[in-house]
Amino acid sequence: MKDIADLLRHHPFAEGLDEDTMALIAGCAKNVVLQPGDYVFREGAAADSFYLVRHGAVALETFVPGRGAFTFLTVKSGEILGADWLIPPYRSSFDGRAIELTRAIAFDGKCLRGKCEADPRVGYEMMKRFIPPLLKRLQGARMQALGMYDAANA
Amino acid sequence: MRQTLKACAPSPYPMAPSMTRVTRFIRESAEVFTFDLAPERAAPFTPGQFNMLYAFGVGEIPISISGAADAPERLTHTIRAVGPVSAALGKLQAGDRVGLRGPFGVGWPVEEAKGFDVLLIGGGIGLAPLRPVIYWLLRHRAAYGRIGVLYGARTPEDLIFGGELEEWRRTPDFQLRVAVERAGPSWTGDVGYVTPLLSKLRYDPADAIAMICGPEVMIRATALALEDAGVADSRIFVSMERNMKCAIGHCGHCQFGPMFICKDGPVHRYDRVRDLLAYREL
Repeated sequence: MKDIADLLRHHPFAEGLDEDTMALIAGCAKNVVLQPGDYVFREGAAADSFYLVRHGAVALETFVPGRGAFTFLTVKSGEILGADWLIPPYRSSFDGRAIELTRAIAFDGKCLRGKCEADPRVGYEMMKRFIPPLLKRLQGARMQALGMYDAANA
Repeated sequence: MRQTLKACAPSPYPMAPSMTRVTRFIRESAEVFTFDLAPERAAPFTPGQFNMLYAFGVGEIPISISGAADAPERLTHTIRAVGPVSAALGKLQAGDRVGLRGPFGVGWPVEEAKGFDVLLIGGGIGLAPLRPVIYWLLRHRAAYGRIGVLYGARTPEDLIFGGELEEWRRTPDFQLRVAVERAGPSWTGDVGYVTPLLSKLRYDPADAIAMICGPEVMIRATALALEDAGVADSRIFVSMERNMKCAIGHCGHCQFGPMFICKDGPVHRYDRVRDLLAYREL
């Protein structure tokens, strides 16, 4: 059976990460399996984890009264899920719901923050891996906010 | 039947529309519809070329051909009702008359793409001018490398060519990713901006040709992402929209720097228009 470090090694997030750091952060991680419909986190709840999706897909949703839940982003294999663990008050901004069988590596946010505080080199490695996908999502969100496909812009 | 991709011989009266009739009308979504026209004379066209469609008593607009290039006797157009002419065209029924001029313009480089991996990226109604390329690639599958299609739309309800999307999804050796900007809980596909999905396609950037059609802001972002991935800017092709009127480069309405979109486009090589795209005044 593969251990967490093995699973981590095969995820794009860990590309270029040295073995010591890999082993260190693996100490904060566990393997999780989500069934379709399972909520990974709920809006307003404590954001104490983040996830590296190995296989599957998770929808990021928000609920609009009278209209139901809206998905604004899907996070799929090879991507990171959850950023609210990074900054106080560590509270989830949205719902995260598995939309298919999903396997992921779950990290204890508090544990990882502690290791980043203790060793800034680890913190910098984490930052280098978090900022690019988060920036890309921000850019994508801006494009979505423009209503690019609306009639006036088509 | 042997295929020909020669552009139609210029008509001696390019401003005079011929009379056609609608033979089939399909509602694709709340705003988008497709109809087939039976032209008096079948004129061969290249995927990516457009016709001028005349709604009598209202006006004339350029519309890309969205049907198969190997069946020019049935001209298919997919239109989004956004203005008076397109709205009038959307009220037509089978048997109604439409004025037709065309085909016009420079189409997609389907011959040049032979031997390459081919990436097609369409946003919104921008999938319509790319559909003839998809038909072409599938019909001549062995002549091309890997095929990847990305399609972005507002919501699942705004997707066009729904039945064909399912068919293409099931087609072996054909990669299709569809992303919508927002969706309800029943949607299990991708949600988000379409460009990041490029990383999900299998292709060799050094050996790929890309064709992009959609809102200009999407074209710019996608072309940059393709360049970042290693696709040469000379192998990226974009379909441009401007205010086309005469369609033959006489009136100057669609002038784009040194070019006329109607005559020199609508499909352009990205490296030739990239700098012009940065000018807000154009």
